[in-house]
Amino acid sequence: MRRLLLALLLGAPLLATAHAVGLPSELLADPAQEQRARAIGRELRCLVCQNQSIEDSEADLARDLRRIVRERVAAGENDAQVIDYVHARYGDFVLLRPPLNAATLLLWGMPVLALGGGLLAILLLRRRGAPPPPPPLSAEEQARLAALEEQAPR
Amino acid sequence: MPLTTRRALMLAPLGVAVAGGAGFYAMLRGLGSGSYDPRGVPSALVGKPAPAFTLPALPGAPAPAFGDADLRNLPGPVLVNFWASWCVPCIVEHPQLMRLSREGVPILGINYKDKAADAAQFLTRHGNPFQRLGQDEPGRVAIDWGVYGVPETYLLDRAGIIRWRWPGPVTPEVLDQDIRPLLKRHA
Repeated sequence: MRRLLLALLLGAPLLATAHAVGLPSELLADPAQEQRARAIGRELRCLVCQNQSIEDSEADLARDLRRIVRERVAAGENDAQVIDYVHARYGDFVLLRPPLNAATLLLWGMPVLALGGGLLAILLLRRRGAPPPPPPLSAEEQARLAALEEQAPR
Repeated sequence: MPLTTRRALMLAPLGVAVAGGAGFYAMLRGLGSGSYDPRGVPSALVGKPAPAFTLPALPGAPAPAFGDADLRNLPGPVLVNFWASWCVPCIVEHPQLMRLSREGVPILGINYKDKAADAAQFLTRHGNPFQRLGQDEPGRVAIDWGVYGVPETYLLDRAGIIRWRWPGPVTPEVLDQDIRPLLKRHA
């Protein structure tokens, strides 16, 4: 019994929805539009909590932005228009997927740089890994080798 | 591999470490002096005119309302300050705003998500630095300005272009190191 209770307690957060949007009055009546509004909201950073999207945040500003997103979706704007509206006010920072520009070049280029660096390191190590063959034995060394073989017990 | 390339390759990690160290040092210094804030959201409106808006006057407040039409062709630079009576940093910055207003710098206030009675009481208690005062109870105009918390202060030049934005309280340091030089530059 106790185990069952514990399992229920531990499992409860999994059952709860991860959305801060709770009030039915906040949701759009059309489920398809609501789905779109959620997808847009998940792309927008909450400026107050910063590591949550506006869909996940309980902050006042996030609620206002959720409402704006839903108003514009309901007004018939497409996803890019809605995101542009918020982007024009809050800049690149509000986009959870940063755009590719001069300031973010290093960010986006990092996987390529890391992979390229690794490949280069492997290539260099492999080249060093195969040392040149040793020079052939000199006449003196050959004579010594022959003498040693003579002495060796059969 | 030639010796010079080998030596260069061996020095490369050292170069990366030195560059990284210099970067982190600059960040730490910025954090210390307040010029770098990793949580700060840079304003998307700097270099642009104020967004279109008209706000109602704050009932019971000693200043008339305003809109974006009042922010064009100005006699000199002005400050636009978003504040609320429930905001503690706003109390911290209030003496600096009072000082500027006594010196004749026009400050236009936008009261954000506040009760009119509370806002009026705040001004009675701490003094009114605002030449004009608009009420933004729903907080929509603040979103058009890219405000993400109060207080926030914007400096507009005579043409009405936003030149500077400060998120957070105007401390005496911000007043002396940022606002005064900017007022002089855009005078």
